[in-house]
Amino acid sequence: MPMVLGKGAAVGAVAANLALAFAGGSEAVAQAPSPAIGLTLKSISVELPSSDRMFPAGPGSEAVNNNCLACHSAGMVLNQPALTKAAWSAEVHKMITVYKAPVSDEDAAAIVAYLTRLKGSSSPHP
Amino acid sequence: MAFYDPFARSVTRRGLLGQFGTASAALISARSWAAATTSLPLPGGPTERALTKDFPEKGEMILQRTRPPLLETPFDIFDKGVFTPNDRFFVRWHWAVIPTDVNVDTFRLTVHGTVNAPLSLSLSDVMSLPRVQLAAVNQCSGNSRGFFQPRVAGGEWANGAMGNAKWMGVRLKDVLDRAGVKAGAQRVRFAGQDDPVVDGAPKFMKSIDIDHARDGEVMIAYAMNGAQLPLVNGFPLRLVVPGWYSTYWVKMLSSIEVLDGPDDNYWTKTAYTIPDTPGANMKPGEANVKMVPINRMVPRSFVTNLRDGTTVHAGADTPVRGIAFGGSTGVKTVEVSTDGAMSWRPAELGADEGKYGFRQWSTRLTPAAGDMTVMARCTNTDGLVQPATPNWNSSGFMRNVIETTHLRVI
Repeated sequence: MPMVLGKGAAVGAVAANLALAFAGGSEAVAQAPSPAIGLTLKSISVELPSSDRMFPAGPGSEAVNNNCLACHSAGMVLNQPALTKAAWSAEVHKMITVYKAPVSDEDAAAIVAYLTRLKGSSSPHP
Repeated sequence: MAFYDPFARSVTRRGLLGQFGTASAALISARSWAAATTSLPLPGGPTERALTKDFPEKGEMILQRTRPPLLETPFDIFDKGVFTPNDRFFVRWHWAVIPTDVNVDTFRLTVHGTVNAPLSLSLSDVMSLPRVQLAAVNQCSGNSRGFFQPRVAGGEWANGAMGNAKWMGVRLKDVLDRAGVKAGAQRVRFAGQDDPVVDGAPKFMKSIDIDHARDGEVMIAYAMNGAQLPLVNGFPLRLVVPGWYSTYWVKMLSSIEVLDGPDDNYWTKTAYTIPDTPGANMKPGEANVKMVPINRMVPRSFVTNLRDGTTVHAGADTPVRGIAFGGSTGVKTVEVSTDGAMSWRPAELGADEGKYGFRQWSTRLTPAAGDMTVMARCTNTDGLVQPATPNWNSSGFMRNVIETTHLRVI
């Protein structure tokens, strides 16, 4: 049943009648059954946490900290398993060629060496 | 923070603003790191993850990455019911420039491209269309990636990059019909309000075939589990593609573009591709494998009330329960084996809340002395059954091997 809805009386809210009773059963999409009750979308303003976590100090850590943390926090990398130098090189170069991270050749080599030292694997795969 | 920023010349101002934040943001992150930790049983590790309550509108989550956020649902949540609470629903963003202020009066969803009448819809406009709802599992393509062996790079999730919600919104078909799709349309591409930090990097976009987009099931959701979406889950609008992996469920949906040709953008054509083989399976190091975009989900099932390593008592009546989902269609059966997959017996299925959702299952066991394994196996209504051996591919996608829970019997 289409409903024409105006904006809610309050600024920053958009209202619609929504049925919270859920149509069960195997039918994938069902029109909402009555009774309907109101749901109002409310404007939102939030703050997302940032991370000040740095890479462990060591040869190349300055290159990693300087180049990598603009786009993503360190946790993602530190949560990675041991990977081969080839796998780390592929990751670093994906950041540069696909995701356009402006990393110098010199720093890219230092980053690959750092990550291989921190989380290297000698197994042939991947 | 003594930290030289090498990107100052080349990144956008908003990226830098989002980068290191303010003193208060630094305090938030310090608190987050000091919080409790949990252990994920990932082979070879690292296994430790922080637990965080620092994200807006979210309860305690497993912190995989702070920025852009990757938050995993703690697995015990899945034992509490088939619907995953909004504040515990997993979170995954690709790019770090995420609007943190959304005004419901000024937000617009545009429909453009190969259409007769391009649209700019307010939220009131969207909500005035016929309302639909359905239960559906939203699962990351890489859910369970951390269990791949050999390990692969990526978000190192355990099994908690999934959730099930009652999605409420409008049919994508109705929105497309209002714009009037022109003859020759092939794909419909979706983009949200998130952006890359670095100029020139590919904006996150995904597309589906025009026929899929108009199937009456794909929807634009403005509510999940009866409430507006948390911002980090895509407020105010999120695409819902029932039965398909989460990568298609574009968050903060603000652009719908009808294409008259194939979609060559990176995120559809290159990223999120799988081997074109049964189970998306390949050998580590195998070359020249034909790749195709990831698409429909496959069946899975999990024990939720007994964790691996739990102690149970010999001769005691022991309830075992869990959840299953059929992937691209409903659950036909869930079977349980306690003899290493030699024999299976059916579990009892709980209420059917819709074929794309989680289905609870339960059974009772009487453990004999000695250690014990419990395996659960889901078969969907298309007859697709979970495999006995894990798949492997270089992206860590589509894991759905039969899970085994080891129990100690005393």
